Amino acid sequence: MNTSLTVLIAEDSSADRLLLSSIVQLQGHNVLLAANGAEAVALFARERPQLVLMDAVMPVMDGFEAARQIKALAGEVLVPIIFLTSLNQADALARSLEVGGDDVLSKPYNPMLLAAKITVMDRMRRLQETVLQQRDQIARHNDYLLNEQRVAKAVFDRVAHAGCLSAPNISYLQSPYALFNGDLLLAAYTPTGDTHLLLADFTGHGLPAAIGAMPLAEVFYSMTAKGYGLAEMLREMNAKLQGILPVDMFCCATVLCVSAQRRSVEVWNGGMPDGYLQARATGQRRALTSQHLPLGILRAEAFDHSTRVWPMLPGDQLFLLTDGVIDTSGPDEQLFGVERLQQVLDANRQPHMLIAEVEQALHDFQGHSRDDVSMVQITSQLPQPLDVPVMPYSDSDQCSPLDWSASFEFRGATLQRFNPLPYLLQLLMEVHGLRARGAVIHAVLSELYSNALEHGVLGLDSRLKRDARGFARYYQLRNERLAALRSGFVRVRVQVEPVPRGGRLLLQVDDSGEGFDVATVLSRPLDLNRLSGRGVSLVRQLCPAAQWSADGRSATVEFSWEALA
Amino acid sequence: MAVTSEISADGRKLTIAIKGRFDFAKHQQFREAYEKLDSDTECVVDLKEATYVDSSALGMLLLLRDHAGGDNAEIRVINSNPDVLKIFNISNFDKLFDIT
Repeated sequence: MNTSLTVLIAEDSSADRLLLSSIVQLQGHNVLLAANGAEAVALFARERPQLVLMDAVMPVMDGFEAARQIKALAGEVLVPIIFLTSLNQADALARSLEVGGDDVLSKPYNPMLLAAKITVMDRMRRLQETVLQQRDQIARHNDYLLNEQRVAKAVFDRVAHAGCLSAPNISYLQSPYALFNGDLLLAAYTPTGDTHLLLADFTGHGLPAAIGAMPLAEVFYSMTAKGYGLAEMLREMNAKLQGILPVDMFCCATVLCVSAQRRSVEVWNGGMPDGYLQARATGQRRALTSQHLPLGILRAEAFDHSTRVWPMLPGDQLFLLTDGVIDTSGPDEQLFGVERLQQVLDANRQPHMLIAEVEQALHDFQGHSRDDVSMVQITSQLPQPLDVPVMPYSDSDQCSPLDWSASFEFRGATLQRFNPLPYLLQLLMEVHGLRARGAVIHAVLSELYSNALEHGVLGLDSRLKRDARGFARYYQLRNERLAALRSGFVRVRVQVEPVPRGGRLLLQVDDSGEGFDVATVLSRPLDLNRLSGRGVSLVRQLCPAAQWSADGRSATVEFSWEALA
Repeated sequence: MAVTSEISADGRKLTIAIKGRFDFAKHQQFREAYEKLDSDTECVVDLKEATYVDSSALGMLLLLRDHAGGDNAEIRVINSNPDVLKIFNISNFDKLFDIT
C-alpha cells in the first residue's frame, strides 16, 4: 500500500468493528469508528475520511440512509463506500448501488479481499480526483480565454465598429464571436453614397485568425471613407496581410461595391464560395465565383485586383456566405453542399426571409445550429444617403483656401493604374464651404472622370451596357483597352474663387477621345432605370447646370456656396 | 502512416503522399517530410488517397512552396479527387501549383 487513507468503519457489532479496524490498520490506514448510521454521518461531516466501510443493518440509522447522506455531503468528490453485509449478495449489491454504494464485502471478512477492494477503491477515488482537478483547470483556462476574447473583441469593435451594417438594406447573420472563427464582415458608405461590403474568412481559428482582421478593417474603413475604389483598397489589403501574416495563413474574401446610382455592382472574390446576385425583375440568379487567390498570399507585383462588374438594379439582391454554410456536415459525414443551398435559394419567396431559411435548412440538416457561419444580404437601394461623415478638421476657417486654381493632366500609363479621385476630393475638401456638398461633388467628379476615361480615352460605347451580357462585355473591353493604353489624357481643371458672401467651384474635365454627339445625348429624357448612359444622366441629375462643349470632349460643372453668417 | 514521403533514386524528386483527411492533424508529419531537403528538390504531392482538404492543408502547401523557393518553386499536386479539385478551384491555388 503506497498511501495511507483515513477509513471510516460503521458497524454496530463491536466485535466486527474491532476485527475490521485491526485489518484496516494493519494495511497502514487510519480508522474512525462509528456504531450506527447517525454516528457515521456525523463523523464523516467532521473528519472527511476518504473511504467508508458501511454495515447495512444498524440501529438508529441504517447503512443505506447513512450512505445516501454521506454521498450528498461528499458532493463531487468520490468517497467510495463498501457495504458490509451478510444479506443475500445480489440483493444487497443492488440496494447498496441504488443509494450510491460502490462495492460490497460479505461476511465473514476475508482480509486479503478487503485489502484488494480498498486498493481498487482508492485507485478509483484518485482517478476521480484527477478528473475533477483537470476539469477545474480546463474551466479556469476557458474562463480566462473567454475573458481575453471579450476584451479583444471590445478593442476590435472600437477599431472596426459596425460601419453601416445596420442600414435597412443590409441583413446578416454572424455569431458575436465570429471574429474568433476568422470571419469578418464589414460595410461602409463611400463618399458618393455607394456601399462597400467585405466578407472575409481567415484561415485558422482563435486569436491568430482575429489578429489579421484589425489591419483589414482599418484599411477598409479609411480607404472607403477617402473615396478609393476596390482596386486600390484590395492592393493595400493584400500587401498589408502579405507583410504581416505567416506564410501558411491567408484570408479568403469577397469585396464588393454596390452602386444603386450606377445600377451596378463591382465584385472581387478571392477564395470565397460563390455569392449570388438575384435580379428582382427576372428572378435570374448569377453566381459570383471566386476568380482570385485569397488575400495575403501573393506579393504586390503578382497580385491581381481585377474586378467584375454586373448590372444591379435597385431592388436586386446580393447574398454572400462563408464556407461554413456549405461545409456543414450532416449524417454520415455528408456535406450540406452547394446544391442544397441552391434549393433553399430556389424555394425562397420573401427575400428578407432568406438568411433565416438557410439557417433553418442547416439546422434541419445537421440536427443542431452552428455558430460559425456568416451570411450577409444586401439590397440595392435608392436613394443612398449622400451625406459624408464630416471629416474632423482642427484648423479654423481662417485657413480655407478660397482663391486658387489647379490643372491636372493624367496620361497613358497613369490612367492605367492610378485613381486620382481621392486626392482631388481631399484637396477640394480643404475648402470649408464645399464640405457639406462633398458627396455630390465626389459623385459628379467620379462620373465625369470615368466618362472621360471610358467613353473618351478608351472609346467605349455606353450603349453596350443596354443589357446584362453587354454590361459584362463592356467591362471586359474596358480592362483590355486599359491594359493596352499607350497614349491619351484626362485633364481636370479646378477653379475656386470667392464671390460676394460665399464662393464658387468650377470643375472642368477634358479628354483626348473622339467626343460624342452632345445635342442628341442631352435631348434624351432622364431615364433613371436605363443601364446605359448612366454617367451623363447621373451628372445632370446631381448637377443640373452641367455643360458639355459642342464636341463632347469637355464637361463643366459649377458648385457655389454661401458663407455661414 | 497517413503521410508518407519517398525520394527518387537520384535524390532529385520528393513525393509526399497523403492518406485520409488532409488537415491540421497532419501538420507535423507533412513538415517533417520536406524540411530536411534542399530547396531545389522537385516536389510532388500525391493526393490519390486524400479524401478531404481543408484550409490548413492549403496553408501547408504554401509552406512547402515557400520552402521550395517561393515564386520559383515548381510543385505538382497530383491525383486530386473531384471534391478536392473543387476546393483548389475556389481558392484558385492552380495559379500557384500545378494541380491535376
